[in-house]
Amino acid sequence: MKDELITLRSVSKSFGDKLILDDLNLTIHENEFVTLLGPSGCGKSTTLRIIGGFESPDSGSVFFEGRDITNLPPNKRQLNMVFQNYALFTHMSVAENIAFGLKIGKKPKDYIEDKIRYALRLVNLEGYERRSPSTLSGGQQQRIAIARAIVNEPKVLLLDEPLGALDLKLRQDMQYELIRLKNELGITFIYVTHDQQEALTMSDKIVVMNQGYIQQEGTPEQIYNEPENAFVADFIGDSNLFPAVMVRDRLVAIDDNPFECVDEGFGVNRPVDIVIRPEDVEIVPPARGTVTGVVTDVIFKGVHYEMCIDVKGREWVCHSTVAHAVDEEVGIKVDPFNIQVMKKPESEDEEAAGINE
Amino acid sequence: MSKTSKHTAMLGLPYYAWAIVFIIVPLFMVVYYGLTDKTGAFTLANIMAIAHPAHSKALWTSLVLSLESTAVCLLLAYPLCMILARSGKSSNSFLVLFLIVPMWMNFLLRTYAWQSILEKTGIINTFLTALHLPTQHLINTKGGIILGMVYDFLPFMILPIYNALAKIDKNVIHAAHDLGANDLQTFLRIILPLSMPGVISGITMVFIPGMTTFVISSLLGGGKILLIGNVIEQEFTLAYDWNMGSGLSLVLLVFIIINIVIQMLTDKDGEGVM
Repeated sequence: MKDELITLRSVSKSFGDKLILDDLNLTIHENEFVTLLGPSGCGKSTTLRIIGGFESPDSGSVFFEGRDITNLPPNKRQLNMVFQNYALFTHMSVAENIAFGLKIGKKPKDYIEDKIRYALRLVNLEGYERRSPSTLSGGQQQRIAIARAIVNEPKVLLLDEPLGALDLKLRQDMQYELIRLKNELGITFIYVTHDQQEALTMSDKIVVMNQGYIQQEGTPEQIYNEPENAFVADFIGDSNLFPAVMVRDRLVAIDDNPFECVDEGFGVNRPVDIVIRPEDVEIVPPARGTVTGVVTDVIFKGVHYEMCIDVKGREWVCHSTVAHAVDEEVGIKVDPFNIQVMKKPESEDEEAAGINE
Repeated sequence: MSKTSKHTAMLGLPYYAWAIVFIIVPLFMVVYYGLTDKTGAFTLANIMAIAHPAHSKALWTSLVLSLESTAVCLLLAYPLCMILARSGKSSNSFLVLFLIVPMWMNFLLRTYAWQSILEKTGIINTFLTALHLPTQHLINTKGGIILGMVYDFLPFMILPIYNALAKIDKNVIHAAHDLGANDLQTFLRIILPLSMPGVISGITMVFIPGMTTFVISSLLGGGKILLIGNVIEQEFTLAYDWNMGSGLSLVLLVFIIINIVIQMLTDKDGEGVM
């Protein structure tokens, strides 16, 4: 296990009477690409700003390499932030922007010039030293903002939805750039986004947040394949999220149709939530299906077709490379391993807190 | 030219007519009178008259007093605008309004009000007498004129500076802190340079009316301290020497043009404009 770098202990924060973070505990290790993922208002940006020192928690502590930095101002912290709207200094040239932190740190002139060249090469903007930030495109400005942060050799780079304002193609290119940068620099990235695709692509670890609580922490594969609760399942990727009844170990009933699964220990005849990814729903001839249904919609999505299948009033979403005609009767089968069973929250508060014991 | 842009250009006609009748023509009349004598013959005497000790002294006094009031306005307005721009959005627009309200009252009235406050038997001195303190000589001093200018022109300094400061993205300031700058470094390297268009706009908007005023100096200077505005006014209204008045106006115009050119050179994007 890598060394612990940042630890948030019992951090709470409210704005007015709106509770943003409630008793949040989070550990970030060295050289990890950690993504805080969640819908807007889930507390992910506030968490980042607390780590950066721009907000102070109402209670709880922030530790950096074991040292309590809760009350340390941002200019004394060994981390740098890349802001959502770039926050470049418009009255300075690109080179002056990049040199800002180094000049404040009173670094020698030669060192600063080397660093500017190095940083511009790293973000593929060599020769842009004298340009004014306002003459650059959004993607270029974002690269300058990243260059300005990394020349200070921070141990951690904080990124607050840095690609939010870019168009899709550029965003995808920048995702690869960021992964490359992280590997070249060998530092920790803490990345905030509401885009689950972005999180799955880039992260070593994803922290899914909702309503001020951490819903689940894990690798992209864990988050995608084994969501711990209905919120995570619903938020990450397309999914068939159904209420069901756990008949007994390894058998779950969806709308009274028994399906074999691999989960145990939920008790007998207990209500649960289950999630089945659309790509895990197999379409078979009606006689071979566990249940049968009628195709209601077919949409071509490029790599696959997305089909909606009506099974006695419940709509199943299914991805397949083979199209089936609307109104065709089909059978549905699911590999037991692909049914993810989750405990049902007993109250709304419990749902928000993502309590899963 | 397309039909629509023709129509758009037509919309400007009332403005062009207004500009010609009330700005261009009077300006040419001033230039004509300034460069001719009473017989209509060309002369530079009216302009050279600025060299007369009484005139150059008045010009110098105007320059000094308006620079001083501009400086006072700047020193008062900048910190105030910093506070306004940092405070919450709902409260600060009310506060700005509060500061602008006096601007809507008649300028003469406000200056008369100061006259009755500063007079020998005015409010301040009455108050001092009641406390058995010696009365103060407040009116008919340079300080009185500066006070009047600052009071009358301060809102013109506040508005552009406030606008410039309020426009600075909070994240830009956060970014400076994030890169290691302390509060002073952030102010000197980020906030101050970014607010400069507003500052320069504010300086222009206080300096020019200060340079040309004659009402404030008449009412609060008691005719004892002559500004160039008073001299020009007297040439027109007392001496009926329109040529001399116009000649001196042209000299004053040069100072104003210099100021505006400086503003335009430092504010290429037109950001400081209210």
